[in-house]
Amino acid sequence: MARATTESTDTLEALAASREVLVTCGSGGVGKTTTAAAIAAMAAVHLGGKVLVLTVDPARRLATAMGIERFGNTETRIPAEAFTVAGLEPRGQLFAAMLDTKASWDDLVVRHAPDATTRDAILGNPLYANISGRFVQSHDYIAMERLYDIHASGRYDLIVVDTPPTRNAIDFLAAPDRMAEFFSSRLLRWLTAPYQSKVFTLASKPFMTVADRILGSQFLADIAEFFMLFQTMHDGFVERADAVRALLSDRRTSFVVVSTLETAPVAETRFFIDALASERLDLGAIVLNKVLPPYLRSTNATRTARLLSDHARPVAEAVLGRLGDDAIDVVDVERVLGQIADSFLDYQVVAKREGELRKDLASFADVVASVPYLTDDVHDLGGLIEIGSHLWH
Amino acid sequence: MTTGSMDPLDRKLLFVTGKGGVGKTTVAAGLALRAASLGKRTLVCEVDAKGDLATFLETGPLTFDARVVSPDLWAMCMQTEESLKEYLRLQLKVPLLARIGPLARTFDFVASAAPGVKEILTVGKFCWEVLERNYDLVVVDASATGHVVSQLAAPQAINELVQVGLVRSQTSWMLDILGDPTLTGAVIVATPQEMPIAETLELRERLAEETNVDLATVVVNRVLPELFTSSEEALFDRLADVSDGGPLDGLVDTPGPLLDGARLAVTLRRTQARHLARLRSELGDDIPVLYLPELFTRAHGVRVTRLVADALGEELD
Repeated sequence: MARATTESTDTLEALAASREVLVTCGSGGVGKTTTAAAIAAMAAVHLGGKVLVLTVDPARRLATAMGIERFGNTETRIPAEAFTVAGLEPRGQLFAAMLDTKASWDDLVVRHAPDATTRDAILGNPLYANISGRFVQSHDYIAMERLYDIHASGRYDLIVVDTPPTRNAIDFLAAPDRMAEFFSSRLLRWLTAPYQSKVFTLASKPFMTVADRILGSQFLADIAEFFMLFQTMHDGFVERADAVRALLSDRRTSFVVVSTLETAPVAETRFFIDALASERLDLGAIVLNKVLPPYLRSTNATRTARLLSDHARPVAEAVLGRLGDDAIDVVDVERVLGQIADSFLDYQVVAKREGELRKDLASFADVVASVPYLTDDVHDLGGLIEIGSHLWH
Repeated sequence: MTTGSMDPLDRKLLFVTGKGGVGKTTVAAGLALRAASLGKRTLVCEVDAKGDLATFLETGPLTFDARVVSPDLWAMCMQTEESLKEYLRLQLKVPLLARIGPLARTFDFVASAAPGVKEILTVGKFCWEVLERNYDLVVVDASATGHVVSQLAAPQAINELVQVGLVRSQTSWMLDILGDPTLTGAVIVATPQEMPIAETLELRERLAEETNVDLATVVVNRVLPELFTSSEEALFDRLADVSDGGPLDGLVDTPGPLLDGARLAVTLRRTQARHLARLRSELGDDIPVLYLPELFTRAHGVRVTRLVADALGEELD
């Protein structure tokens, strides 16, 4: 069935052994989170050391699969029994943590705020609550920040990070830069100017007038307060943003792009491969999930399917003779043979499309690994390891 | 709920969402084509600027300005900056726009400083088209499950956050449109797999708790055909029994892959059936479910979108 390609000289195992951070990216629905968990589980079992999978996806099923009730913002160790039950003897330890955006923002504020008053004012600002909790863009920055933090702690030999779907993952790469840029922007100065000096500068006055009409003065004051408070953390932020960026660009970090062989996810994957290249980030591997078995592309079988699809009658008669069962009608055999053939040809259309898309992607990474179409989702650590073993060599 | 029996295409505004990769855009384009073929003046809009909608309609790149792509069908893509421009022009009658510097920079500020503004400019544009009765139906190829709630909840969030000012007065009429189930509905697209079904059920809860948008229908995409009846399957099992070489051995060339392929098709379908049963039982009877078959086609394009539109038409009749 499906296996790692023979073209690749390197393996995911070698990649995981030589890196400290692996970031999985890809379009939604391609099995990114499961892939991240499978890589981490394989690393814990075969490479040893302490391995952490950090996910943004609050998938309770994944927690259950790893033998824990659920995991939150703090790192939780997967108990050794979960491995024993699956018949595994891990050389290392596996941990999991979920990214809780709100809690991570709070940590960040607590860390960078110059004093307790500023800290409490930020935490109590209504805009802050919205940024940190409700709106999605804040995921981007905070995930990378958290990764940096955990990596810097030196607690883990390997950290596997799962990211939000592709386009966001791009934002996510730009987030540290954007954050740093934002704090030095002129607009921020314009906005906070009236509250800082009580005097509208000539440059900011028309802007404030319009902003006031659109947003209302109370909201504007909330915004201004928020950013003035945040500015006190400016230096800390910019410094961290640079450090996060450096970690992502470092040789110890590789990106693993996950995809299925469907048109839309592959287009997203191409987009992501280009983005990684232009950001000079390392594409370590491409993982292809839910790949149909290669026998669906067999030429001989195709000829047979066409034959049976067009006239199965003679074959049906011969089969009936062999079965030697009077209770069976030749028409039924003919129909079933036709259905088998048509179904084969239907699935073959999909399998061929997959083959073409796979060829398009194969030239972009040293490691291209695929996982066959498994009939069910992962329910335990054994399932994760099964997926992982398709990827590993 | 009385809206359950209502044809989703009789609403004015549909937000099509679902877990990534399930075929949201295909279904949005299919619903729009179907509505247009019934003579409804229909606008379809892509929110995530991926360009998939243009591919499915084979139109060439879409812009913020809607344009006709086929009879009674207009298409556009959301650009929040353009939406802001339109909003300022239409709603606030801001004449000094030129003097406040490049709009892009202002927009960057507004969007970054006031989170929710991007979302409200997106949702607001569609509500505006409904308010003005510019179309009979607006179909939005909305964000994926994770983001759509933030988008649909944005007017409410802004309403709570902004106590006075024009933005606040703007959110009230949006909330009226979004909250009226005869006007607005969400369409959740899923595939018959465990995670998409689970996310569909979760999203239904979140829509109910965090937004005032009614769930119009769930569309299950790529449903595999049932290959055999039970008597046919019994016969297949005998054909596939290769303990003594098998009844097909020597009669045809290389029968193995065909038999393996049929077994795979049966297994995949059986797995799907289990997930479909869960969806049906947990969703309850109020929410209509539409089923779209797996089409086994080579590529996306307007031909496939028409097939989807036809399949939707059959389900809705």
